Amino acid sequence: MKPLLLWSDGLIFLLVFSLIAFFLKLGRNLQTQKRWGQVFNTRLGMVTFTVIAVYVLVALLDSLHFRRALEPVAGAPAGEVFYDNRVTSVLDLMLGGMGDRYERTYSAPFALKSFEKQNMKDGSGVGYRDYPLLRHGGRHLETAADRASDIFWKSLWGIGMGLLVALIVVGLQWVFLRRSPYPWRASWLAQAIIIVLAVWLVSVSKYYHVLGTDRGGLDVAYQSIKGIRTGVLLGTLATLIMLPIAVTLGVMAGYFKGWVDDGVQYLYTTLSSIPGILLIAASVLMFQVYIDLNPDAFSVGLEKADARFLALCFILGVTSWSSLCRLIRAETLKLSQLGYVQAAHAFGVSHRRVLARHILPNVSHIILITFVLDFSSLVLAEAVLSYIGVGIDPSMSSWGNMINGGRAELSQEPVVWWTLSGAFFFMVVLVLAANLFADLVRDAFDPRTSLGATHS
Amino acid sequence: MLAYIVRRLFYAVPILIGVNLLTFILFFVVNSPDDMAISQLGAKHVTPEIVQAWKQKNGYDLPLFFNADAGGSGAFTETIFFTKSVRLFALDFGRSESGRDISADVSNRMWPSLAVAIPNFVIGIWVNICVALLVVMFHGTRLDRWAVALFVGLMSISYLFYIIGGQYLVARVWKLVPISGFSGDEHIWKFLILPILVGVVSGIGSGARWYRTLFLEEASQEYVRTARAKGAGELRILFRHILPNALIPILTGIVVVIPALFMGGLLIESFFSIPGLGSYMLDAIQSQDFAIVRSMVFLGSILYIIGLILTDISYTWADPRVRLE
Repeated sequence: MKPLLLWSDGLIFLLVFSLIAFFLKLGRNLQTQKRWGQVFNTRLGMVTFTVIAVYVLVALLDSLHFRRALEPVAGAPAGEVFYDNRVTSVLDLMLGGMGDRYERTYSAPFALKSFEKQNMKDGSGVGYRDYPLLRHGGRHLETAADRASDIFWKSLWGIGMGLLVALIVVGLQWVFLRRSPYPWRASWLAQAIIIVLAVWLVSVSKYYHVLGTDRGGLDVAYQSIKGIRTGVLLGTLATLIMLPIAVTLGVMAGYFKGWVDDGVQYLYTTLSSIPGILLIAASVLMFQVYIDLNPDAFSVGLEKADARFLALCFILGVTSWSSLCRLIRAETLKLSQLGYVQAAHAFGVSHRRVLARHILPNVSHIILITFVLDFSSLVLAEAVLSYIGVGIDPSMSSWGNMINGGRAELSQEPVVWWTLSGAFFFMVVLVLAANLFADLVRDAFDPRTSLGATHS
Repeated sequence: MLAYIVRRLFYAVPILIGVNLLTFILFFVVNSPDDMAISQLGAKHVTPEIVQAWKQKNGYDLPLFFNADAGGSGAFTETIFFTKSVRLFALDFGRSESGRDISADVSNRMWPSLAVAIPNFVIGIWVNICVALLVVMFHGTRLDRWAVALFVGLMSISYLFYIIGGQYLVARVWKLVPISGFSGDEHIWKFLILPILVGVVSGIGSGARWYRTLFLEEASQEYVRTARAKGAGELRILFRHILPNALIPILTGIVVVIPALFMGGLLIESFFSIPGLGSYMLDAIQSQDFAIVRSMVFLGSILYIIGLILTDISYTWADPRVRLE
C-alpha cells in the first residue's frame, strides 16, 4: 500500500483544519457565540448542519487516497513491489468493494438480469439471444423466485445492524451532551437515519445493485457517493481561492480610496462584464490544451483529472470574486467613516493595524455569509459545467457527469431512470441542506435581516 | 440625460479594452498558436509543415504584437493582436476556425434565441412577482412558511433536472409537444411552449423568494404603517404603495439582463435543439472553436455594458427623484 496525496486532498484537509481553527478563534468572541447559538438553537439548524457534516466527512474519507500493492508476479525480482494504477480511498474500503463489482452494461435496481439482450450459447453450442445473468447482482440466489423474500431478509438484517450502530453512536453523544441546551435530539434523529441508510446500503449492495448500474456497468449508488467528494470540494475550494483576492482588494479599495479604488473597481467591472460561463469555458479549454500538450507532468490518470479539477476550482474562484469584492468594498467604505476608525487614526495607529483590528473583523460576517451562500450554487454549477463539457474530467465521478451520461437514457424503452435518480437524490439533499443552513446563518449574522426578522 | 449616456459610453471604452486584452492573453499568450494548432489537429502525427499550413489558413501565422517585416503602419496592423482582437471593436468578428462567417451566423441565430428568451423573461418575471405578492399577502401565516420552504426546495434542484423532467413528462409521457426541435413557420409555438414552461418553472424558486424579500423589506417601512393607519386596504397597500416602491430594486435585477437575451440560453437551446446563439456558443465550446468563443465573449460584454446603462435610465422612469447628470 502506498499513500498518494493529490493536490486537492492536501488542500481540503488544510481547509478543514483552518476552518476549525477559525471558528475556535471566533468562538471566543461573545457576540459571535450568541449568533452561532441562534443558528444552532433551531432544530432546522441542527439537522441541516448534521447533514452537511456527514457530507464533509464522506468527502474527507474519500480524500485519503492510496495505491494498492499488486500481488508479486512469479519470476519478478523479489523485494520489488508494483502498485495498482487505480487509486483507492479509505471510503472505498468502507463501502466494501462496492465499486469493484462491475457488470457489462445497464441493469435495473435489484435486478438479476442485464437490461440488454445479448448473444449467448447454450450447453450444446446453439446460439440464442436473451438477457444474461448479472455477474454480481443476486448471484447467491438458487431461483429467481426467492428474490423478494431474500431482499426483505437482507434489508431487515441491514437495518438491524444500522440501528445497532446508530444506537452506539447516538448513545455515546447522549452521555456527553444530554445537558446541552441545544436541540441535539433533532441532530441525533438525523444521524440515526443516515447511519441506518448507510449500513443498509453497504450490506445489501454486497448482493444486489441497489440503484442499478450505468452504461459502463458501474454501480450507480457507488458513483453517487463518490460524487460527494467532488461536489463538496468544488463548493469549498472555489470560494477559498476567491476569498483572499476578494477580501484584500475589497478592503484596500474601500480603505485607501483614490486610485486604488479606481483600479479595483475597473478590475471587477471588466471581469464581471464578461459572461461568466464563457469566461469559465474559455479558461478551462485553455487549461485543457496545456494538459494535452504536457502529458508527462501527471503520472496517474487521476492526477490529470485532479489537475483539471483544481484548475476548475481556481477558474470558478477567479471569475466569481467580483460580487464579494463589491460588498466588502462598500462595507469598508462605511466602516472607515465610523468614529472608532477615525479615533484610531487620530491616535496614530498604523494602517495595517487599523485594517487588522478594526476593519477585517467587522467585514467577517459578509465573508461567512458569502461562503455559505455560494456553496450550494457552486455545487449546482458543477453539474451544468460538466454538461457543457468544461467541468469535471469524465474519469472522475461527479453528479454532473452522471447526469450528462444518463440524460439520453430517458428516451430508451423501457426507461432507464435510475442513473439520474442517484445523482438527483444526493445532490438535492446536499444543496437543500446547504440552502437552509445558509438562510439561518444569514439571518443570524446579517444585521439588516436580523432587524427585519424581529419586525415581522 | 444625453450627456450622461454619452459619458457612460465613454467610460465603457476602457472596460471593453480590458475585456479585449484579457481574452487576447487567454487565447494567444497562455497557449501559443502552435499549441492550439497541435491540439486542433490532434497531437499525433503533426509535422511543422501541417502546423504552419493550419496557422496560415486561419490567419495565425503573424507575430503577436509587432510585425517587424511589414513596413509603416503594417508593423502594428499585420499582427494577430490587430487582426483578431482590435477588429472586434468594429464588430468585425471574422471567420470561425471552420471558415464560417461569424457575423452572418450571429444575425441569423439571434431570432430563434429571442423567440425563446423574451417570452421566457417576461412570463417568468410576471409569474414570480404574482407568486411573491400572493405570498406576501399571507405573510406570517402557515401558508407563507410552507411557500418559503417550497421555494428553497425548488431552488435546490439543478436546472438540468427541470429540463430533463419537463421533456420526459410533457413531451414523452403526455406527448403534448415534440421533445425538441424548431421551425420558423406558424408551428413555432409547438416548439416554444416546453422551453418556456421549463424556463419559467425553474425560475420560480429563486425568483419568487427574491421578490418576497424585497416586498417584505418595503412592507416594514414607515410609509406602509402610515397607509395602514389612514385606513388603506391591504390590497391597495400592496399594489399602490409597496409595488411601485419596490420597483427600483426589481429593475436593478432585471434590466441589466435584457440586452443579454440576444445571447439566449446555453442549456435550454442545446437540450431543445433550438438553433440560437446559445447552442451556437455551446457547439463552439465543444468543438473548441476559439474564434467564435472570442467573438461571443466580446459581444456578451458589450451587451452587459448596454444593460448597465439601461438600468440607470430605467431608474429615472421608476423614480422621479432620480436625475442623471
